[in-house]
Amino acid sequence: MDEVNTPALETGGLQKSFGALTVANAIDFRLERGARHALIGPNGAGKTTFVELVTGALRPNAGQIRLDGADVTQLAQAARVKRGLVRTFQITALFRRLSILENVTLAICERQGIAGDLVRPAGHHRAAVEEAHALLQRLGLEEEALRPVNMLAYGRQRLVEIAIALALSPKVLLLDEPAAGVPSGESGRIIEVIERLPQNIAVLIIEHDMDLVFRVAQRITVLVQGSVLVEGLPEEIARDPEVRRVYLGERAPA
Amino acid sequence: MATEGLVRTGLRAGNGAIDAFARRHRFHPLEALPWAAAIAAFALFPSYLPLCSQVLATILFALSADLVLGYAGIVTLGHAAFFGTGAYIAGILAANGWGEPLTGLLAGALAAGLVGFLSGLVVLRTTGLTLLMQTLVVATLLHEAANKASSITGGDDGLQGMEVWPIFGWFRFDLFGRTAYFYCLAVLFLCWLMARQIVHSPFGRSLTGIRENVRRMHAIGAPVARRRLVIYTISAVLAGISGALIAQTTQFASLSFLSLERSGTVLIMLIIGGVGRLYGAFIGVPLYMIAQDRFSEIDPVYWYFWIGLLMVVVVVFARGGVLGLFERFWRWTR
Repeated sequence: MDEVNTPALETGGLQKSFGALTVANAIDFRLERGARHALIGPNGAGKTTFVELVTGALRPNAGQIRLDGADVTQLAQAARVKRGLVRTFQITALFRRLSILENVTLAICERQGIAGDLVRPAGHHRAAVEEAHALLQRLGLEEEALRPVNMLAYGRQRLVEIAIALALSPKVLLLDEPAAGVPSGESGRIIEVIERLPQNIAVLIIEHDMDLVFRVAQRITVLVQGSVLVEGLPEEIARDPEVRRVYLGERAPA
Repeated sequence: MATEGLVRTGLRAGNGAIDAFARRHRFHPLEALPWAAAIAAFALFPSYLPLCSQVLATILFALSADLVLGYAGIVTLGHAAFFGTGAYIAGILAANGWGEPLTGLLAGALAAGLVGFLSGLVVLRTTGLTLLMQTLVVATLLHEAANKASSITGGDDGLQGMEVWPIFGWFRFDLFGRTAYFYCLAVLFLCWLMARQIVHSPFGRSLTGIRENVRRMHAIGAPVARRRLVIYTISAVLAGISGALIAQTTQFASLSFLSLERSGTVLIMLIIGGVGRLYGAFIGVPLYMIAQDRFSEIDPVYWYFWIGLLMVVVVVFARGGVLGLFERFWRWTR
């Protein structure tokens, strides 16, 4: 396979049902290297299910997931993370009573393979802590480094979500509604962080906030009832009458 | 968690934060307090040494429970399985012609660790209530097995006739319990050092991650199942050592060592002291055992009621146990 044309992430015929309910229906999807791609769709379209399938939290009934050309369908979640497939959570999933610095250090220790060390104090792995702190500085969180995350404003917590993911040096980053629940005045900071993500990371954003989607995404995939409805450039999606009907809530002219 | 709670905001950014993080495992003067108290107890209460030895050994039991419950967030009602295994193995050896205490302790520890590892392989696949019930089942199975095997364990009558040899072939277990006291103290100290090292290691920190948010731990690529099994086994080893200590120093082991009541009591002691703080055991166990001793003397029939009342008071007014109270007071005074 051609190195350059191998997508960062690809799914083929991805299928998942819970009983009679099909939540992912033969999803073919390509995320190019360095892409800024958005996955949108109405509530219950199966967007988060798609993330869970891709990351390995859920097992598909059929279909394939390829990461950088390699089939990872049978790999456990941890093994996919080691290969650079990283996600954030729609509903903030942080270590709530631990400090921001510790939240990020935990991720760095996992990536560096030192998290299984039972003997040396965590504080002696100074490089890991310094790297975590540098990351916090990059995201403007260093002032609050020692605060437990449950004492942070919600918008800051959403930034910690992203910080933990970045600590894992992702090649493919799945952002599940990064601005969910953030008051519109504070979402600017999050958009800024997403816009400034390194170009070599392929980013898939699952999002409801159309401002964010159209500001960041170069391609958009629309998911409806577990199936891909359409995929294209942002302006194509914005014009697509079918998308307007099912997603943007406009009725087709009678 | 104590440290996270105590470290206040406003620390200078940059190296300040990193240094504070990197210093966290250093010894704090307050950590000498339990050991100073233990030495003082030896001098002050010479006639209570047998009780004090039991307190020390039980602190180790509660400490082992803290590692799984407080750090890894594994809720268990079967921790007596490991305590009892350690006690019976050390006891059976001593009752059958091998009274060397340190190897007996080691055998009890290994056997308990093996039970922890094997049962952990099965029960740790579940979480929450299912896990709770399964840990209970493991302990109940062992309890019944010990009951059936009465020719070895003594069954209902308990295991008797132990003969424990002098430590290092020199220090005899004396009538006043001095040797037993220092034996328990030394073993507890070494085990505490080990537990403390683990808690402050990256592995230990990752356990708190598992407790705080297991989904996220999966998402950052942590082998969660393996970590849980490792700490469950380590905890079982420590619980086994605790049981073996009690068997050797009291020269007795009974079915109650494997009972649900034993598993529950250790949790109560830990909750009174404070869970997930490493020192909850050092406060909760003496409080509980002294309270039990006093209450049962004042009110021999209903003493358990007073223990229950104490528990209610702690749960309602002192969440986080006695240590939780201290932490809040500390924050309030600053």
